[in-house]
Amino acid sequence: MTLISRRAALAGATGLLVAGCDKITTSPTVRKVLTLGEKATLSSQKLVTGPNTLAPEFTRADLSPRFRVNGNRMPASAEYAAHMTSGFVDWKLVIGGLVARPVAMSLAQLKSAPQRTQITRHDCVEGWSAIGEWTGVPLALLLRHVGVSANAKYVVFHCADDFSGTPFYESIDIVEAFHPQTILAHTMNRQPLSVGHGAPIRLRAERQLGYKQAKYVLKIEAVASLDGIYGGKGGYWEDHSGYQWNAGI
Amino acid sequence: MAVIEATEAPHDTEQVNPRTLVYRTRLPVRLWHWINALSIFVMLMSGATIFNAHPRLYWGAYGANFDEPWLVIGRRGQEGFLNLAGLEIPTTGFLGFTENSIRAFPPLVTIPNYYSLAEGRQWHFFFAWVLVISATLYLLYSLFSKHLSRDLALQAHERKLSHLWQDLKNHARLRFPTGDAARAYNPLQKIAYLGVIFVLIPLVVLTGLTMSPMLNAAFPWLLDIFGGRQSARSIHFLCAAGFGAFILVHLLMVVLAGPLNELRSMVTGWYRLPAVRVKDRS
Repeated sequence: MTLISRRAALAGATGLLVAGCDKITTSPTVRKVLTLGEKATLSSQKLVTGPNTLAPEFTRADLSPRFRVNGNRMPASAEYAAHMTSGFVDWKLVIGGLVARPVAMSLAQLKSAPQRTQITRHDCVEGWSAIGEWTGVPLALLLRHVGVSANAKYVVFHCADDFSGTPFYESIDIVEAFHPQTILAHTMNRQPLSVGHGAPIRLRAERQLGYKQAKYVLKIEAVASLDGIYGGKGGYWEDHSGYQWNAGI
Repeated sequence: MAVIEATEAPHDTEQVNPRTLVYRTRLPVRLWHWINALSIFVMLMSGATIFNAHPRLYWGAYGANFDEPWLVIGRRGQEGFLNLAGLEIPTTGFLGFTENSIRAFPPLVTIPNYYSLAEGRQWHFFFAWVLVISATLYLLYSLFSKHLSRDLALQAHERKLSHLWQDLKNHARLRFPTGDAARAYNPLQKIAYLGVIFVLIPLVVLTGLTMSPMLNAAFPWLLDIFGGRQSARSIHFLCAAGFGAFILVHLLMVVLAGPLNELRSMVTGWYRLPAVRVKDRS
């Protein structure tokens, strides 16, 4: 066998192997089987982690010197640009869905509610982490205020940003929504939230990865099921990139 | 390891029948070996995909693009490099930049063989369960069947430094045990296996769990043990490198010790004792 044909054979064999791997990774059955791992992870995490167990909190000495931005850096809409110019004085946070008393709250109203400040670690799904100090209103307070229904299983966050015209949204389950560290933050490192970090308000759900931390939150919706909301998988990244809905791992 | 003779070979080392087959590896051990081999390969390759999403490693609780990494795999134009605490090693063609990829690890070694963090995670977290469940069952079996104490634990005479030194010299000369001595694992082999079972696997699992924000709430002490989430991520990666090194040496040893015989013993359990070297028959 000459060197050329041997090389060709090797390339051919590699090609076959790669094609075979492709066949496995793109097979719907294989993908379905793999989701069993996700289910097992979610159930066992719920089993070992109490509903109110806190994520670790840090001190100001632990703060990241520079906290990088995740997701979009600025919503593209004209409405958002107008809000930026006016310092978000007219920004309204709508809370609706399965609630007894839907409301629309201004930033000033949110700031006059009881606050929680926490220094926590933000973990991106990509692998990096940054520590920041967040101040905001506990979501549990707001949900009680609007009288969330007992049928609500998830809370959906509709945001002002989009990816190529597709609106960004995310969701957490009702347990995470009522978690004491789940807040709607308007202040980061003692400064008003910057545009890059989600001005005027972003979600902090501290037991979840970064893609759950919805920025530029416009509307909070309590729902019984995620079906029928955009792609039905509970979030922009879940719908479009196949990220797991459970962002606790 | 039950040693059962297939032939009527005498126990006298001097006259070991070179065709003596011994039943060296029992079914549960063989089963775990192959399930574990599969899960380790999938974990390494899907882990490479996950690493590609942020090919930088840090020490401490936090670490992101503006912080100081101790390891970076990256590229400058068409040149790939590995930066190890300031020391830059060119890796064009292997890491950082190859003919068909600009990612840290090329598609040949990743699952899937294109970049998808979501799919890489899906594979990683499924096989993490396979790895943990099979390793737990294997450990229980090893304890109760005495596989651990009989086959893997170093015997008193093997723990002597002089003995280990002799074994090291034998390995360096590629002189492997023959005849009766080949019925059992040699000391360095035992240390390598024990290292995987009791150091690498537990460490890789625990550092993996430490990266989960939900489990950080449940078991915050894991963060204290490993010195923060980014340290845990670094140790997780070092463990992966350890598995890579183990696999390399392991496969090399299989090839050197007789690949067909070794492969048969791990498939059927039956191992043919290597013939005693003539010059050793004093």
